[in-house]
Amino acid sequence: MSQVPRPGRRSDVPRRVTVTSPRTAAARRPRYPALREIDEQTRLGEVYMHSLLRTQFRLALFVCTVLACVIGGLPLLFLLLPDLREVHVLGVPLPWAVLGGLIYPAFVIGAWLYVRQAERNERHFAELVERR
Amino acid sequence: MSLTAVLVVMLAAVLIGAFGIRFSRTTSDFYVASRTVSPLWNASAIGGEYLSAASFLGIAGLILSFGVDMLWLPVGWTGGYLVLLVLVSAPLRRSGAYTLPDFAEARLESMTVRRTASVLVVLIGGLYLMPQFQSAGLVLRTITGAPVWVGGLLVAVVVAVNVLSGGMRSITFVQAFQYWLKLTALAVPLVFLLLAWRADGAPAVSAADALTWQTPLGGVREYGLYSTYSLILATFLGTMGLPHVLVRFYTNPDGRAARRTTLVVLSLLGAFYLLPTVYGWLGRMYAPDLVRTDTVVLTLPARMIGGTLGDLLTALVTAGAFAAFLSTSSGLTVSVAGVIAQDLLKGGVRSFRIATLMAVAVPLALALWARALPVADVVGLAFAVAASSFCPLLVLGIWWRRLSTTGALAGLFVGGGLACAAVLVTIVGGPASGLAGALLAQPAAWTVPIAFAVMVAVSFLTPHRVPPGTARTMVRLHTPENLDLDRGDWRPRSS
Repeated sequence: MSQVPRPGRRSDVPRRVTVTSPRTAAARRPRYPALREIDEQTRLGEVYMHSLLRTQFRLALFVCTVLACVIGGLPLLFLLLPDLREVHVLGVPLPWAVLGGLIYPAFVIGAWLYVRQAERNERHFAELVERR
Repeated sequence: MSLTAVLVVMLAAVLIGAFGIRFSRTTSDFYVASRTVSPLWNASAIGGEYLSAASFLGIAGLILSFGVDMLWLPVGWTGGYLVLLVLVSAPLRRSGAYTLPDFAEARLESMTVRRTASVLVVLIGGLYLMPQFQSAGLVLRTITGAPVWVGGLLVAVVVAVNVLSGGMRSITFVQAFQYWLKLTALAVPLVFLLLAWRADGAPAVSAADALTWQTPLGGVREYGLYSTYSLILATFLGTMGLPHVLVRFYTNPDGRAARRTTLVVLSLLGAFYLLPTVYGWLGRMYAPDLVRTDTVVLTLPARMIGGTLGDLLTALVTAGAFAAFLSTSSGLTVSVAGVIAQDLLKGGVRSFRIATLMAVAVPLALALWARALPVADVVGLAFAVAASSFCPLLVLGIWWRRLSTTGALAGLFVGGGLACAAVLVTIVGGPASGLAGALLAQPAAWTVPIAFAVMVAVSFLTPHRVPPGTARTMVRLHTPENLDLDRGDWRPRSS
């Protein structure tokens, strides 16, 4: 116990004493770790799982939607804008350049970005669940 | 010389496969290459297995015949892996399933669903195998003039011997080698062909072709827009439902590696698919008489170059073609035989051997009896069946907790059944004309939505049939392996 004297107090009023514990740095052990919540399928465990699924599903859905728009839009684009056929990329007509070449690196880049984000989501989940 | 090349490839496949005999003693070695395979090897093996005769020969033939619209086939076959990566790869690996029926049983805890899945695997696999044997016969006839049944029989025998002796482990090395062989077999002659084209003054396609063949949807196919979209749907969604694709996932150590391997596969496939397009385009200019055949890749070197160099290049390309037949047929045979052995026979190494013979003999018989359709078209039909049955099962099974057993069954029956019926009509009756013909030749645009709708609707109607272990299964499928969680004690059937 340490005493912190307050200046200017009248001596008949009891001093206020500040109590501190020397073990301020001790960690509090979680009594119910999140991993156990998930194992026992409690409401809280379900919430954790639900959030993981939702995050990953949203990412997957996002990638699929972009893919669907690009892939689904291309035939229509070529149909509705005939002038695109005249555009040439390195001497190759645009439809051929896109479908025969450029789309493959686009797939790989998209895939790489997805893998990075999905792994990040999993790391966050692991941190969330192991910490508490 | 080409015949020599063919024999060399076959011999090499058998020899490399023979080294696998030493390693495959137990059943699990037999089915799955015990996960000591590095990612690049695995990705090469996946690519090697995936690139069938349809990719090697069929695409170029179709592009020559029908123009730029056919480019959607290779785009779809590659994009299908992207869809697989995003929707299915890591959870599927984490499920621990060796095969699609394994996954069906693990997720839905029902033997009926498992058996239905097995039947569909056999159907899809058979549908994919048949055109490989047909194509082999046609290639051999083109090169040597031998009757059509010889090529098919030859490939069937080599595949059976390879699979019977080595199982999965040896197949992995063979497949990996064959990817690089196929890539080389297309790339090297192409260099010479392009040089010859340049020497010719770099001609372009004829003016008439520039209007119809070279422009999207400018060709002679009626209902082109519908067919294009249906093809896109079938190829993008069907990849995940192919029997020989899932088996390769298990050779990854965990879900994360499964994703990364798929990324490498995408790159390898993309690199390969740049090539057949150029063959088709060159063929349109130099060999326009080859319309509606699959032989442009084989005959172009001889036509454009000729002489000894032309012979050598033809031999190389033929070797690549046979590598394509062997690799895909082996992969398919292993998966189909695996499913037959586990679910229709007793299981174990002996059943697997009997199943291998069955898995090879029936498609071979069909190949010899049925008429010859373009190989890429028949393969496309296999994709349509896979997209209408296994795609809904996998996507809903992995992401939707309320999928019920009855719903899954209903979706498999309706989607798979409708697609199979359309396929049967198309193959037996031949390509019909008019709207009905277009709908049947490319059924995915209507069978896939119907399958999804049925699965979802019936699941809503039967909420009491949701599998009781769904929550635990979701933990198994989605949580990273390094977390110490209870993932249930389901184990796959095979040993």
